[in-house]
Amino acid sequence: MRRAKPIAWYTVLIGLSLIFVAPLVWMLLTTFKSPGEATRVPPTVFPEEPTTGAFDTLLGNSQTPVLRWFLNSVLAATGQAVLVLTIASMAAYALARLDFRGKRLIFGMIIGTLFIPSFVLIIPNFLIVDRFGMLDTLWALIIPGAAGAFGVFFLRQFFLSLPRELEEAAVLEGANSWQIFTRVVLPLSKPALATLAVISFLTNWNDFIWPIYVLFSPEQFTLPPGLAILQGAYTINYPVIMAGALVASVPVLLLFVVAQRYVIEGVSRSGLKG
Amino acid sequence: MAAETALTRTPPAQADEAHAGGRVRRNGPLTPYLFLLPYFVVFATFVLAPAVYGLWISLHDWDYLLPGKPFVGLDNYQALFDSSSAVYSFFWESMSATGIFTLLSVPLLLVVPLMLALLLNRKFKGRTIFRAIYFAPYVLGVAVIGVLWRFLLDPNLGVVNAILGAVGLPGDTPWTTALPWGWVTLVGVTVWWTLGFNAVIYLAGLQDIPRELYEAARIDGGGKWAEFRHVTLPGLRPVLLFVTVNTILVSANMFGQSYLITQGAPGTETRTAIMYIAQVGLSDYKMGSAAAMSYLLTAALLLISLLVFRLFREKDS
Repeated sequence: MRRAKPIAWYTVLIGLSLIFVAPLVWMLLTTFKSPGEATRVPPTVFPEEPTTGAFDTLLGNSQTPVLRWFLNSVLAATGQAVLVLTIASMAAYALARLDFRGKRLIFGMIIGTLFIPSFVLIIPNFLIVDRFGMLDTLWALIIPGAAGAFGVFFLRQFFLSLPRELEEAAVLEGANSWQIFTRVVLPLSKPALATLAVISFLTNWNDFIWPIYVLFSPEQFTLPPGLAILQGAYTINYPVIMAGALVASVPVLLLFVVAQRYVIEGVSRSGLKG
Repeated sequence: MAAETALTRTPPAQADEAHAGGRVRRNGPLTPYLFLLPYFVVFATFVLAPAVYGLWISLHDWDYLLPGKPFVGLDNYQALFDSSSAVYSFFWESMSATGIFTLLSVPLLLVVPLMLALLLNRKFKGRTIFRAIYFAPYVLGVAVIGVLWRFLLDPNLGVVNAILGAVGLPGDTPWTTALPWGWVTLVGVTVWWTLGFNAVIYLAGLQDIPRELYEAARIDGGGKWAEFRHVTLPGLRPVLLFVTVNTILVSANMFGQSYLITQGAPGTETRTAIMYIAQVGLSDYKMGSAAAMSYLLTAALLLISLLVFRLFREKDS
């Protein structure tokens, strides 16, 4: 590609960046303002009298147990990521590397469900989850969402691209399928597994519609429904609401900074081959 | 793990079994199914079963709170087309809200990210950093985005109106409480939030276009626009198809933005179809009616997706 004229170029890019970053910075700055200062007209950019009052209010209110929500979010997102990696990698291995009757049918069925809009499943799944006694528990957030087709599809594509020679060498040494899967295929697939883990964690962490309907008690909430509660409870005490939003943002933003390659990889794969 | 014990029982003789269809067969007949089993149990329970169960529910007068759930055939569907029914006007209002949102946001989400991707497709220092910055809002959930923008766009106290007022523009726009501003807000916030997703997909597509094609185009003496029309766009066709269909589906699923930012305001005009379906099914517990609505919306989306596929195929010939 052509080289661009540097100064004009970077002006455009940095100008654009402001649009994406400024709202997030504003959220951060607001958490250190008093409720009055946060809504002052004209607004102050930097807190005149920086205070952690918003965090004190947030943490001190037993009606809005934000630390509990945080913990629940961590448990649900991690739990689902572990579950997805386990079951999707096993299924993907069978679909990519083993021969069996009905393989095409099963794969076709899994891929076919990619076209079912998620909202269709919400009402029947509410009833199914209810029947299993999982309503208002974290299990409702961990298990049903692990059935998505993307993980299987994504890992299958990756497994198909692995060289067969290594597996064949393992077979000659007397390894069975489980040993090949755990000792050859999985170690070779670390980047793909990392991508799936990160995507799965982010998706679960940010899920909103499902948790607001299957969780009822505030102590069972994750952060997204918690934020809706905060918005209702504190209406115009924006520093407290922004503090809650910050708590929900920092982990995923950090994860994104650390694992950027995997996130972007997952997204562009989902687009090109999904 | 159950699968492990079963799998290690595979007799060694089978591992060495002769070639089946030219390939070494190294697994017992049950092994593949055991590998599939854990996923399939979850998949069957929470994807296959509910897809069918939902249809069943939609054929009943299914009130969660009542013991009897009588079969009513297509009554739930009929009510959606019967202007004297209780759900008719709310349902179609919510469908048109979803329609308006989709019509406004999809073109923007197709074009703006493409421009951004073209910008980022050049070689320059810090390209990955800028890509990450533009993508960053997308990693935040709709709950964060919703409460954040409700604050920024607060008609009286928000910073957006304060800035507009300070530069001499009207500083009292009711972004979250009146129309058409509610739509501007919902569409604008969504574009800001999700633009990075489409841009990243475009960018991957752009990098797959062979460079020789551009060189050939340059030798032919075409300008930048000709290059874009004859090399870039055709090269992006499969990606464009995916982005178009995916963006339509995602827009039609809109829920959180409206729930948190406008809360359906000014009345129920910005309440989207998913919001209404969730309310009927999961707040009022009239699940039969809500299920029928969700299948009708699905049918509409399927039809639209097929149309888009056709459109792209016709352009091919």
